[in-house]
Amino acid sequence: MPKTDPILEQITSSDYKYGFVSNIESEKAPKGLDEDTVRFISAKKEEPEWMLEWRLKAFRAWKEMAPPKWSNLDIPEINFQDIIYYSAPKKKPKLESLDEVDPELLDTFNRLGISLEEQKRLTGVAVDAVLDSVSVATTFREKLGELGIIFCSMSEAVKDHPDLVRKYIGSVVPARDNFYSALNSAVFSDGSFCYIPKGVRCPMELSTYFRINEANTGQFERTLIVAEEGSYVSYLEGCTAPMRDENQLHAAVVEIHAAKNAEVKYSTVQNWYPGDKKGKGGIYNFVTKRGICAGANSKISWTQVETGSAITWKYPSCILKGDNSIGEFYSVAVTNNFQQADTGTKMTHLGKNTKSRIVSKGISAGKSQNSYRGQVEISPRASNSRNYSQCDSLLLGDQCGAHTFPYLDVKNKTANVEHEATTSKIGEDQIFYCNQRGIDTEEAVALIVNGYAKEVLKQLPMEFAVEAQKLLAISLEGSVG
Amino acid sequence: MIEINELKASVEGKEILRGISLDVKPGEVHAIMGPNGSGKSTLASVLAGREDYDVDGGSVHFLGNDLLDMAPEDRAREGIFLAFQYPVEIPGLSTTNFLKSAVNKVREHRGLPKLDAVKFLKLLKEKIKLVEIDQDLLSRSVNEGFSGGEKKRNEVFQMAMLDPKLAILDETDSGLDIDALKIVANGVNSLRSPERSFIIVTHYQRLLDFIQPDYVHVLYNGRIVKSGTKELALELEERGYDWIKEEQKETA
Repeated sequence: MPKTDPILEQITSSDYKYGFVSNIESEKAPKGLDEDTVRFISAKKEEPEWMLEWRLKAFRAWKEMAPPKWSNLDIPEINFQDIIYYSAPKKKPKLESLDEVDPELLDTFNRLGISLEEQKRLTGVAVDAVLDSVSVATTFREKLGELGIIFCSMSEAVKDHPDLVRKYIGSVVPARDNFYSALNSAVFSDGSFCYIPKGVRCPMELSTYFRINEANTGQFERTLIVAEEGSYVSYLEGCTAPMRDENQLHAAVVEIHAAKNAEVKYSTVQNWYPGDKKGKGGIYNFVTKRGICAGANSKISWTQVETGSAITWKYPSCILKGDNSIGEFYSVAVTNNFQQADTGTKMTHLGKNTKSRIVSKGISAGKSQNSYRGQVEISPRASNSRNYSQCDSLLLGDQCGAHTFPYLDVKNKTANVEHEATTSKIGEDQIFYCNQRGIDTEEAVALIVNGYAKEVLKQLPMEFAVEAQKLLAISLEGSVG
Repeated sequence: MIEINELKASVEGKEILRGISLDVKPGEVHAIMGPNGSGKSTLASVLAGREDYDVDGGSVHFLGNDLLDMAPEDRAREGIFLAFQYPVEIPGLSTTNFLKSAVNKVREHRGLPKLDAVKFLKLLKEKIKLVEIDQDLLSRSVNEGFSGGEKKRNEVFQMAMLDPKLAILDETDSGLDIDALKIVANGVNSLRSPERSFIIVTHYQRLLDFIQPDYVHVLYNGRIVKSGTKELALELEERGYDWIKEEQKETA
């Protein structure tokens, strides 16, 4: 096989398909971050005093912290005073129907192929769309309301359901958990809040689309999902962002609380701007996602398809506190060109008979670096706990890197922990085999990669899985051929 | 159908095909035989367009078009099918989805509408009977965990699905027991038609007991050194390849 493969070079060099900027006038906070910025954000959102105090406490903690250095990432110095921490579309319409939505916004959604109308009509998905920092459209709320389900923006939740927010915010990811969670806690602009009451099975997938839309505006979403005893919810998060030259910081926090016998499925498709072929621009994505299986027999399942961002630092994790609780992590992470990803999970087994399952599929192309980092911790009282981890890496070309960092910390002898890892290269012979059946190289790569990632993709809800498959193909377009 | 004229090819600078000429007409079955390393599989690969090989000279015309100018997928869409000696595994990709992509690409190229799910499934079920394999093969990943025989039968099944004009079988008989060989041969025979041609690359005469060739060519040292009818194959079976080698030495 020739050393430099023109096929591989081509897939590794395709352009981001969702690069455009929509022109919605925004109201911004001044650049930089100090206590006044935090007060400005809190005032803008008409928050109660306790919320402001909580933010300020987080801000003071953040000031004393430093960004983590342990990841396998080369992160340029970030000037946190050179960032605008709040921006909102000027009008925040109270929406009765989609007719009232800013037509330009609708157009933005349409160009992304995620028209709310279509979503409402075809998929039955309730959408809480976050454009920049403020939620502008919420649908199906009434129907959910009949079941006692609360699904709204975080800002609204702070106003309308302060007791719930106050009880759970920071309960899974404390503000001072890490540098980025502290930052988020101080300046979070909006996000989603979801509450499923006892015994209720949420009848539809809850979905939020995020979009970063303002140059130099960090995005600091905060999502909180509370599933009460015996309830079930499947939550979808999906993102695309416009093309930008400047790097954009993104530091989200997601917290999930699952009570006894509750089940939460959280699925993500992440496609933020990854930077250009030369590694210029792109989103910096530093996310803290964690769920706690607080009650017995509860279950939290994370599924992620990560194709975007210049830098990804993300470890959706589970604290398995309740006996017999289950944590799952399914991940496909694609890196191309100069993208870097350090992603994985942490499974903390505290309760007896707790189980966790980790399936990670990394795909590296171009000159990218893709790392899996996972920690499985079995505490002394977590008898008969089980973990299964499978970490596979697929390489396209010979200039990319795949790395695996599994950590095991087992403090109970009855635990059963398994780890499997493989690394493979996408074969020229596989591509030729497809070619010989009339399938062009681009589609061949898409088929092969989707086959490789199938175990993860099948965890996604149907309509999301289709989108994710397309995304994998688009992300690797041009890297072979 | 296909006209090969003085075709020369090499791999990593090593000359393998040293000038092959072959003319296959519609409906004809040509067997290419020869000892190991004579260039049989290289010929099959070059015709299918595998990139590892460099074409150093000569020409190939397929239905009047310059074949060597076409990308591998275009050759396939134009109607060339290669049954691989070593079919490739593609984990996670079901045979059904693989064939759906392939069939629709080929149909699109031929100006036919895409098959909808129902029609496609019907076609699958009809064609899979040819090779007597279980239908659950369709939901399994392409060739993954298949036995040698299943892989080869899967190749013939794919051939039936793609409806090629020229099918090239590269040592499809290797590694098959007699029962599997018969099934594969029956599959191929049922696909014979006045419009479809075959080039059957094989080391042994055995397959030709079941698939009767119109012509037999012996490839040695990158050249066709002998051509004849199926009696030539029988002679090779009886005498081996050594006398061919001897003859060549004498000529040289």
